[in-house]
Amino acid sequence: MLRLVVRRLLQLIPTLLGLSVLLFVWLNRLPGGPAAAMLGERATEADRIRIEAALGLDQPLYVQYGRFIKRLFELDLGTSSQTGQPVWEEFTQRFPATVELALFAILIAVAVGIPLGYFAARRRGSWLDVAAVSGSLLGICIPVFFLAFLLRAVFAVQLGWFPSFGRQTTGINATEVTGFFVLDGVLTGEWDASWDAVMHLILPALALASIPLATIVRMTRASVLEVLGEDYVRTAESKGLDRRVIRGRHVLRNAMLPVVTAVGLLTGSLLSGAVLTESVFAFGGIGSFLRTAIDGRDYPVLVGFILFIALTYVIINLLVDLAYNLIDPRVRVH
Amino acid sequence: MTQPLLSVDELTVTFTGRGRRDVQAVSGVSFSVDQGQVVGLVGESGCGKSVTSLALMGLLPDRGVRVGGRAEYDGTDLFGLSPSRRRALRGSQLAMIFQDPLSSLNPVVPIGVQVTEILARHRGMKGEAARKEAASLLDRVGIPDPRRRLKEYPHQLSGGMRQRALIAMAVACAPRLLIADEPTTALDVTIQAQILELLKELVDQEGTALLMITHDLGVVAGLCDEVNVLYAGKVVESAGRRDLFAAPTHPYTHGLLNSIPRLDAPRGEPLHPIRGSINDNIAWADGCAFAPRCDFYTLECLAGTPGLSEPRAAGHQVRCVNPVLPGSAGATGGTTGGTAGLEKTEATS
Repeated sequence: MLRLVVRRLLQLIPTLLGLSVLLFVWLNRLPGGPAAAMLGERATEADRIRIEAALGLDQPLYVQYGRFIKRLFELDLGTSSQTGQPVWEEFTQRFPATVELALFAILIAVAVGIPLGYFAARRRGSWLDVAAVSGSLLGICIPVFFLAFLLRAVFAVQLGWFPSFGRQTTGINATEVTGFFVLDGVLTGEWDASWDAVMHLILPALALASIPLATIVRMTRASVLEVLGEDYVRTAESKGLDRRVIRGRHVLRNAMLPVVTAVGLLTGSLLSGAVLTESVFAFGGIGSFLRTAIDGRDYPVLVGFILFIALTYVIINLLVDLAYNLIDPRVRVH
Repeated sequence: MTQPLLSVDELTVTFTGRGRRDVQAVSGVSFSVDQGQVVGLVGESGCGKSVTSLALMGLLPDRGVRVGGRAEYDGTDLFGLSPSRRRALRGSQLAMIFQDPLSSLNPVVPIGVQVTEILARHRGMKGEAARKEAASLLDRVGIPDPRRRLKEYPHQLSGGMRQRALIAMAVACAPRLLIADEPTTALDVTIQAQILELLKELVDQEGTALLMITHDLGVVAGLCDEVNVLYAGKVVESAGRRDLFAAPTHPYTHGLLNSIPRLDAPRGEPLHPIRGSINDNIAWADGCAFAPRCDFYTLECLAGTPGLSEPRAAGHQVRCVNPVLPGSAGATGGTTGGTAGLEKTEATS
C-alpha cells in the first residue's frame, strides 16, 4: 500500500512539470499581456517597457520559466498583478471556502445518490424508480446558476430558512484556525459557529450537488441492475443469506466500483465548477477572484490556479486508485 | 413405503412479459427424489431443466414469472412458504451448486468469508470457530492448504478449486437435498471426473439426496439412480439408469445417446446429431413437441399431448405414441420420409 502511494506521488512530478511548461508557453502566446492590462489603453510604449521590466517579462522565456519553477518549490507563486499581494496568500485565503463547498456538495450527492440509485434499481419500474430517473434527468438539465437563484429566492429570501449570502453571519465571534469554518468550530468547540457555517453552506451546496447527484443516482442504478443479474448474487441468495448481507457484501460492494471513479472525477470538476454558485451566494471562494484574474490576464494567479486544479485531480485520482485497491482485490499490485 | 424427500407435481413455470407473449419454460414436470437418491434431470439447453431447479430453490425473480403446480419437500409445500421461511430453508436444508464456478463466486470477497457467512447465517458460528469449520470444509472437499485459501480471492484459485469451494459452501450446513446444475460443464475433463467423484462421496457418506441437472449422459451413467429426460418443458422419458441405457425408448433419448461422439468409432464416421434445434418444436397442446425433429413421427403424433405410459417395464415411463421398442425400426438410422408429411400438414393448417 505504502509503495503504491509513493510510486503514484512520484508519477505526479512529470505530470505537473509538463503541465506547467504547457501553461507557461500558452499564456505567453496570448495577445495583450499583463502590462497592457495594468496600464490601460492609453499607455505609452515607455510605460509598457518599464512595467514589463519590473515584472521580469522582458527576460527570455526559459529564464522566466526557470524562475517560476524555482519559486514554485519555495511555495512562491509570484505576485498577483491585480492586487499586488502574493498569489499563495490570495489562494490560502480563498481555497478553504471553495474546498468546503465542494466537499459538502459531493457529500450530499453521495449520501442521497447511492441509496436512491440502489432502491431505484431494486424496485425497477416502480414510482420510486421513475421519479429517480426523471428527477436525475431534470438535475442534469437545469443550469446550476439557475438552480442556485431559485433555491436562494425561495428558501433564503421568501421563507428565510437559510442565510442568503456569505459563509458566516457578520458579527459572529468565531476563531479562525484552518479557514474551514465548520471544522474550525469543531476544533475550538464553538458549536454555534460550526452550525452557522453549515447553514450558510446548505443552499449553495445543494445547487452545486445537482449534477453530481444526478450522475451518481444514474450510475448507481445502472451498476446495481447489472450486479443483480450476476451469478454470484444468485449464489448468495441460494445460501439463504440475510438481505442485509446480500445488499452490502454482494451487491453494493461490486456495484460501487464504477461509482467510486465517478465520484472522484465529479469532486475534481466541482472544485473548478463552483465559480457560478459562489457568485450567486457571494460565497467568497476562489470563483470571483478567478474571474477578475482572467479579465486582467493575471498570469501568476491563472497559472497557480490551473496547477492547483491539476494537483487536486491527480490527488483525487490517487485516492480513487487506493479506494479501488481496497474494494477490488483483482487490481491489487503484489 | 415412506414418502419421498422431494416430490414435484405438475410444475409449470411461465415467463410473462409486459406486451409480450407468455413463454412456458416448464409445462407440467413431475418427479420425485428419495433420501440418499441421485436423480438426473437431462436435456438440451433450453429444455427447462435449470428453470426447474431455480423454481424449486425459489431463486426465480418475483416479477414476470408465474410458478404453478406443487413441490413438496419433506411434507411441506415449498411454494406455500413465506419468503423468510424459504430463505431459512435455502442453504441449510436445500443447497445448490451452479454451473460456472468463476462467475458464481463473488470476485471481491475472500473465499473464507463466502464460506463463513453461510455458517454464521444457519449455524450461528462466528469468529475463529467459523474459520476453523470453514477450513475443515475446504479440506473435506479436497482443497489443499485450506487455512491459506480462506484468505484468497476467487481469481487466485483454479477452476476445479473454485467448484470445490462452491461445493464446500453448499454442503456447509449438511443439507438434505443438493441440487447441482451442470456442475462440471465449465471444467476440464480430468477435473470433471474429480468433481463427480467428490459429489458421489458426499452423497454416499451423508445420505444426501442429489438432483443432478445435466445435458451430459456420461454424467448420468456415472452417478444417477433415476433419470428424467426433459424436452421442451416436459418429462418425455423417466427410468432407472440401467433401464434407460439398456433400452432407451423415446426417440429423443435415442437421439441424445446417438449424438455422443464415440472414441471407438471408425475414422471418418459421421456424428449423429439430432436434427434442428429445440426451437423447432410445436406446442405440447397440439401434439408431441419433438415431432418436427423426430425420425419416427406419424400423423398420430399431432393428435394432442401424448401421455406418459409404461410400454415395457414397471417404472419406465415414456411420453410417445411411437416408442422405440426392441425390434422396431433401426434406432440409429431412422427415416426422414415422415418429416415431409409433417411440413405438408403444417402448411395446410
